[in-house]
Amino acid sequence: MNNDLPRWATGIVLPLLNLLSALLVTALVIHLLGEDPVESMQILINSAVVNPEGLAYTLFYASTFVFTGLAVSVAMQAGLFNIGAEGQMYLGGLGLTIAMLAFDASLPWFLLIPAGMVGAALFGALWAFIPGYLQAKRGSHVVVTTIMFNFIAASLMNFVIVKYLIPPGEQNTASRVFAPAAELPRLSDWLPVLGDTPLNISFFLAIIALAVYGVMVSRSSWGYKLRATGLNQHAAHYAGVKISAMIIATMLISGALAGLGAVNSIMGSTHYLSLNFVGGAGFIGIAIALMGRQHPVGIFLSAVLFGALTQGGFDLSLEKPNIPPEMVILIQGLIILFCGAMEYLYAPALIKLIKGKQA
Amino acid sequence: MSFEDLHLGSIVVSTVRNAPVLIFAAMAGLFAERSGVVDIGLEGKILASAFVSAAVAFATQNPWYGILAGMGVSVAVALLQGCIAITQKGNQLVAGIAINITMSGLTFVVAQYFFQQGGRTPDLGEARLSEIVLPGSAAVADVPVLGWIWTQLLGGHTALVYLAFALVPLVHWVLYHTRFGLRLRACGENPHAADAAGVSVERTRYAAMLIAGILCSFSGAYLAIVQSGFFLRDMSAGAGYLALTAMVFGNWRPFYTFLGCLMFGFFGAVQIQLEGVDLPVVGRIPGALIQMVPYVVTVIVLAGLMAKSVAPKAIGVPFVKSR
Repeated sequence: MNNDLPRWATGIVLPLLNLLSALLVTALVIHLLGEDPVESMQILINSAVVNPEGLAYTLFYASTFVFTGLAVSVAMQAGLFNIGAEGQMYLGGLGLTIAMLAFDASLPWFLLIPAGMVGAALFGALWAFIPGYLQAKRGSHVVVTTIMFNFIAASLMNFVIVKYLIPPGEQNTASRVFAPAAELPRLSDWLPVLGDTPLNISFFLAIIALAVYGVMVSRSSWGYKLRATGLNQHAAHYAGVKISAMIIATMLISGALAGLGAVNSIMGSTHYLSLNFVGGAGFIGIAIALMGRQHPVGIFLSAVLFGALTQGGFDLSLEKPNIPPEMVILIQGLIILFCGAMEYLYAPALIKLIKGKQA
Repeated sequence: MSFEDLHLGSIVVSTVRNAPVLIFAAMAGLFAERSGVVDIGLEGKILASAFVSAAVAFATQNPWYGILAGMGVSVAVALLQGCIAITQKGNQLVAGIAINITMSGLTFVVAQYFFQQGGRTPDLGEARLSEIVLPGSAAVADVPVLGWIWTQLLGGHTALVYLAFALVPLVHWVLYHTRFGLRLRACGENPHAADAAGVSVERTRYAAMLIAGILCSFSGAYLAIVQSGFFLRDMSAGAGYLALTAMVFGNWRPFYTFLGCLMFGFFGAVQIQLEGVDLPVVGRIPGALIQMVPYVVTVIVLAGLMAKSVAPKAIGVPFVKSR
């Protein structure tokens, strides 16, 4: 169906129409709740983009979302639907924390930060390896196994945090706070206008990751094999691609990226590992990958959009009594619904429109 | 540590009480998936039905109106899902996930708006389903084993529990011994062959989604009206995914799926009973680890180490009529 449309239409017009539909439904819900949709949208935009502190928060959330979005995207390129970014990021947080708890007293910051990143990527990759291996070698579907692994991760982390990481005498289900050397430098140190916001250098890491992803996927021979696997496994196999090795490698990269999402959340903000710190970022990654069409620029824009929704939605709930913070979850769901599941809803009408113009 | 400390009797009874949420949802998923539509959206349908059932049961003070209303909303969601999967030929996995996330947000927002109790509905009190006392319960209550079986294990449940257990043979019969079941399975295995044989794949899949919506609504209603007596934010807590797992575990067959549901119900009950109990040899097992067991078992099954799980062949593939 999408083949009948030029690239600008499928890449820009359709996603915009879908996004507008999602926002329209949201506006309807807000109206039904007895609040003014236009005013609400103004509050949201103002606090998420216009106000510099708000913008910093938006980009802070976006830095995490870029990583989970990339994690889901790279798997999607190979035709794998990784629903497990949530669990992989959770385990990534554990890997990071173990590295910090072991070394934060002895290593300087320029070694600690890479150590944290390696720990996060390693644990995330390990958690994605098993579903990848099972898909490649035993044919068990990665969708179902990654869902299982999200649940197993939740139970496992609950156990590990409660049993091993809570410092003696503490009640809070969290690890101890890391040494100050493990804190990522904040951008507000150089730009005071950003205020006391957690936006940190992992924003640039996210940009680098996007660039590396873009080059790897569309410019390297590995990326060519990756996309070939995604488009037609059998054809790729006969062209000499080792499918099972490809699947395992892709899941390892995907998991490592998801794990890296923990770096921004933990080393950039809280400085300790807490229960449920991921908070749905892995699932948002699915939305970002779909809306961004697995393209680096698209992933960046969608990540910023979801960052803005997270930040703006929070402020909106403070100002409007009938709009709780959970409204953001609803909006996220609607965006996934319209941009992901019903992505070609307007395609027939658009085809008619374009063809009509030419005639 | 003695045998009584394990409370084997109460583990069995709470297994029976835990299972219906999963049985209803798993049977719902069975219809959808056997027709070729992936149903990751079970969770969202359970939540929607749980909230609407609780809200309407509270407003009308009648649990049956609640169940009916929950059914309506669950069917609406299922048909929306069907519309995306069947008519629009969209990505079914994404549709399911979107429905789950949307419902998680929407139920909270609406519950908060109407009741202002942190996304909870008020306690249902008298508006819960009453438990059925089997005839002669009073007479046999004091007989050692028989009394327990008659009053606790077989009796003392709500109508929905009996419906859940009766559903399993019914679903088996519909799937394997009726014309509709044959056509349903054909649409999930080879829709083009079904189409060539004159079966409307679209209509069959819509019918399957309709049934899935109805069955799934019982799951949510049971959760809200029977088990807890109110609606709570995200109260399904993964039951939809568990049901899906039970279905994969059971190889998309009603009876084995039912066993999967019982297994999950059992581990849920064991987890509560074993919390803080010292076991011989192993000592205390943390609840979090027991919670993990069913998922690990399922992964092992998926890996083909216990049995091979084979999904319907056309699952997740939109049907495009060939010319």
